[in-house]
Amino acid sequence: MIDQSSISSDKITSDLMPQKFGKAGTIWVSILVLLCLAGLFGYYRQLTLGLGVTGMRDYASWGIYISNFVFFVAISLVGSLITAIFRLTNVGWRTPLTRISEIIAVSAILFASIIIIVDMGRPERFTHIFLYSRLQSPIIWDVIVITTYLVLSVLFLYFPLLADLPILIKNSKAGSGLQKLYKFLGSFWKGTAAQFKITEKAVKIISVMIIPVALAIHTVTSWLFATTYRPGWDSTNFGAYFVSGAFLVGAGGVIVAMYVFRKAYKLEAYITEKHFDYMGKIVVMLALLYLYFNVNEYLVPAFKMKKAEEHHLMSLFTGEFSLLFWSVIILGMIVPIVVLIFPSGRKPKTAFIMGVLVVVGAWFKRFLIVTPTMLSPFLPMYDVPENYKHYWPTWEEWAITIGSLAGALLIITIFARLFPIVPIHETIEERQNVKQQML
Amino acid sequence: MVDLPKIIPQPQIPRRNFIKGALLAGLASSCTSNDPFTTAATEESVMASGEMVKLLSTTGEIIEVDKAYLKPLEEIPSISQTAQRMGIEGKKFVMVIDLSRCKNLKKCQEACNHAHFVSDAQNWIKVYPIQEAEHTAPFWQPTTCMHCDDPPCVKVCPVDATFKRQDGIVGIDADRCIGCRFCMAACPYSTRVFNWDQPLLPPEVLAMNYSSETSCPPKIGTVSKCDFCPDMARKGELPHCVSACPNGVFFFGDMNEDTVTNGSETVRFSELIRDRSGYRLMEDLGTKPSVYYLPPVDRLFPFKNELKPEEG
Ligand code: SF4
Ligand code: SF4
Repeated sequence: MIDQSSISSDKITSDLMPQKFGKAGTIWVSILVLLCLAGLFGYYRQLTLGLGVTGMRDYASWGIYISNFVFFVAISLVGSLITAIFRLTNVGWRTPLTRISEIIAVSAILFASIIIIVDMGRPERFTHIFLYSRLQSPIIWDVIVITTYLVLSVLFLYFPLLADLPILIKNSKAGSGLQKLYKFLGSFWKGTAAQFKITEKAVKIISVMIIPVALAIHTVTSWLFATTYRPGWDSTNFGAYFVSGAFLVGAGGVIVAMYVFRKAYKLEAYITEKHFDYMGKIVVMLALLYLYFNVNEYLVPAFKMKKAEEHHLMSLFTGEFSLLFWSVIILGMIVPIVVLIFPSGRKPKTAFIMGVLVVVGAWFKRFLIVTPTMLSPFLPMYDVPENYKHYWPTWEEWAITIGSLAGALLIITIFARLFPIVPIHETIEERQNVKQQML
Repeated sequence: MVDLPKIIPQPQIPRRNFIKGALLAGLASSCTSNDPFTTAATEESVMASGEMVKLLSTTGEIIEVDKAYLKPLEEIPSISQTAQRMGIEGKKFVMVIDLSRCKNLKKCQEACNHAHFVSDAQNWIKVYPIQEAEHTAPFWQPTTCMHCDDPPCVKVCPVDATFKRQDGIVGIDADRCIGCRFCMAACPYSTRVFNWDQPLLPPEVLAMNYSSETSCPPKIGTVSKCDFCPDMARKGELPHCVSACPNGVFFFGDMNEDTVTNGSETVRFSELIRDRSGYRLMEDLGTKPSVYYLPPVDRLFPFKNELKPEEG
């Protein structure tokens, strides 16, 4: 084990400076770009031919666009979890994770807004939302909180970056495009004591502000469903259920990102096994919490088996969606809990695999929240063509959805190419503090 | 080919937009080589199709006209958008559906689909076979939009594209709808349909201005549903489903006048509901529908399930 405090600040800087893509990086980026292009092509077809190219029909009138939207909103909570909550509670080991989680939050919430426009039958009427907006609609609440969260998250990413910009300007090739970008973003930042103080204050204020806003976006998103009468959505628990699920997928996402960046940028000295250990414990706690809400959402109604709920619950437990449902519960929640509860399960590699399970499970979980309910209307599904009674996404929908996920990853990747994914200034300062304390 | 519309000529339509054939046929007694149709045709460069249709002239004669010269009435809403949203003053429209008379003829559905250009796969009116429990009697239950007095669809619409009018009707402004489909998720009666593809319409209908009173022309990427045919009410006529049903299942009328009619019988609404134990669907949800049902007692027709297996 490297003696953490002994690394010099020059070494830290050179370790953490953004690096050019290697061979693997180039391949990764090209794959993402190709997936995005496929998504764009799918969307081009949808724009010209209408939503008829999707698998959605009158009963399943919401499909994977909406569940993907919920997924993006959910994973974006991680920014406020790690950055704000850990900052306010002074969790010492958060430093290398803050920027990773914040860029995940920004790109996820950005794509949440994009995907909701993709779902609209009339995207060219987007402005109607502002021209004719009616405050009583939960969609308008969502528009308001998501925009607020996006702005706060971008600031939350930007302000802590300021301290790194002089270092970046100094260490990048003079006159290069990168340096111009850094100068554009932060040449006014000289690192004076006054500037540090203002930034610190601003970050603190945002930390406090962003927590209620983050809770609000998940609660309001859950209300898109809970304000209707439908079986499976008509629940007073829905806000808390969504928030807890969002915390879980966010924490899982951070473990995955930690592992990938650690490998790709050789950050073993900064993102240590200790981080995986802590994050693993957090995932266990959050998964237990989410499981608790799932028991509430499924087993309590199942105990009563009201007529309207029955079709919905049975389609999950034993019917059309049972395979998916039980896989998500077992692989996406129970297995990660069991594995991560053991110290050896919290080693980077196993933690990473569990993180992947959590994230993939969370995506399908959102599908299971939307589709089975849509296919359990109060009046029977009747007098419609056979394909109206089922829902399976078409290739256009998959292309757009996968393209949006690739787009979010692309933003994260490009960000890591341009900026240090582990804050340089904060790391140096932290190490110096440790040294001083030791002396 | 889609049949030309039976749709809704409103007053104040410029003369030249009337079906030229029919109108001018009244003036011309015979078809000579310089008959008005050919003149009109050359002006607008329409080619004769050779397919002749019979028309009744204004003088009562039956005449034949080439189909190509027929032009449908252009829909020019004589009622402004604002007035459409306000609704008809002093009215409160209600419908009563007598379940004891329904034998699943689906004439209502046919007439409705035809009048509103509902796409082939979709229906605004559905006639459900309902059997509440294993040992209860089955019956046919036609459903329209319930025009709820506390409409969940209106509550959730972000842009006021679905609105509640003073006469009780819940209308849709397809020029404003953004296609978010939240209203479809919110409606417990699954009555809303979405125009997933470009609706197949005759070009003349396509060119009309949208009216929320006829819900025509349907527009891609927006929702549609039963509109209670306020255009017919303005003309003093009954909704298409009401007049199409040979068994008089549908009663339509005004709650303020306390009268409903199915075209042949006109009755007091309150008495009908009281004497025949009228009820509404899903009362427990608190949506307060404007559509009432009379229970299927003393049925006129035995319930026969003529469904093909895949429909059931
Ligand atoms: S039946 Fe459905 S669409 Fe009609 S008013 Fe009620 S909620 Fe709205
Ligand atoms: S689909 Fe149209 S009518 Fe329905 S809620 Fe959205 S904007 Fe309103």
